[in-house]
Amino acid sequence: MRRYLADAGALARKDLLLELRARDTLPAMLLFVVAVLVVFHFALPGNASARASLGLLWVAILFTALLGLGRAFVAEREQGVLDGLVLAPSDRSAIWIGKVVATLAFLVAAELVALPAFALFFTSIDASTIAGVALADIGICAVGTVLAAMAAAGRARELLLPLLFLPLAIPIVVGGVGSSLAASSGKYLGFLALYDAIFALVAWASFEYVVTE
Amino acid sequence: MIRARGVARRFGDKRALEPVDFDLEPHGFLVVTGPNGSGKTTLLRLCAGLLVPTAGELSVDIERAQVGYLAHEPLVYRELTAIENLDLYGRLYRVPERRERIGMLLERFGLWEVRNERTGAYSRGMLQRLALCRTLLHDPQLLILDEPANALDAEGEELLERELAELRRGQTLLVASHAPERLERFATGRLALA
Repeated sequence: MRRYLADAGALARKDLLLELRARDTLPAMLLFVVAVLVVFHFALPGNASARASLGLLWVAILFTALLGLGRAFVAEREQGVLDGLVLAPSDRSAIWIGKVVATLAFLVAAELVALPAFALFFTSIDASTIAGVALADIGICAVGTVLAAMAAAGRARELLLPLLFLPLAIPIVVGGVGSSLAASSGKYLGFLALYDAIFALVAWASFEYVVTE
Repeated sequence: MIRARGVARRFGDKRALEPVDFDLEPHGFLVVTGPNGSGKTTLLRLCAGLLVPTAGELSVDIERAQVGYLAHEPLVYRELTAIENLDLYGRLYRVPERRERIGMLLERFGLWEVRNERTGAYSRGMLQRLALCRTLLHDPQLLILDEPANALDAEGEELLERELAELRRGQTLLVASHAPERLERFATGRLALA
């Protein structure tokens, strides 16, 4: 188990280092999420309800995550490195964990800017919304990373990832919006936690089949 | 170590490798030759475990950790330095005394001076030398080399020949080349793909 975590840690560290050097993903995510919130600010009528604006927050988070996920395997695809990682004797699911951790770090960093910006443009954010975002991030990155790996192997990858990801993200939006708006947010947070547990397990178990024949 | 009987591979309607039979015994050196598109790379990817055959039987009797695969691509990240790339692979392959081994290989392949430069700034020949370092890093028992002399200059080719002469003594080698003349003296067998 220690070796497995060490492998995942080495792979996540590599992805963070790559981003630190190339600065391909995080600046794009930050600019995108702020731009989307600004557009929504002007698109919504002045007397729009908190329900509408919180719904748009979740749309912004989802599409920002999609942007990051779309770039998750770019280095491996363009430089053919995935073969090298797949041939290594470490468990292939460690590649998935490394990518999930790195993508999660980028998404959280984007949200550290997005959530205060949302509070500035629209309405304040409570603790249950923040808890919902945290749980949703895990589900988004767990499911999205395995789908990004599938899409990276295909030809129409830019099209394929949203087509695969968005239907599977519907429960996240339901849970997320529910945790932001419902009086008893606990059951929605529980729903998000259950989604994370089930889909992370499925993604973890299926990753090896995605990256090998 | 490798036994192939009627091994073939298709990609959709396209036949990438016609059925082949061969055996590669431990400490053997099999040279795979053939023109472009004859399936050399496909055969090597099958033996490395990156593809599965669509027909025939292929048995590779060795653990994944004991296989070293040199591909057409160097399989390194261009935003990382040579040291960082080899360190990542060294960790994944659990190479003992990793730093010493990396330093020794970089020295041997003439990359020590540029070890801290990003590999994106390397020439194709330097990337091939780094790919050879990566392939040999974990001291594998089975080496699968796809056009190992690719992009190497005269000095690099001589270096490669010396390495192959050394490796020939203890390791098993499966080497694809479209210009196999320089490999003939090491080879214990030859497989010509049409």
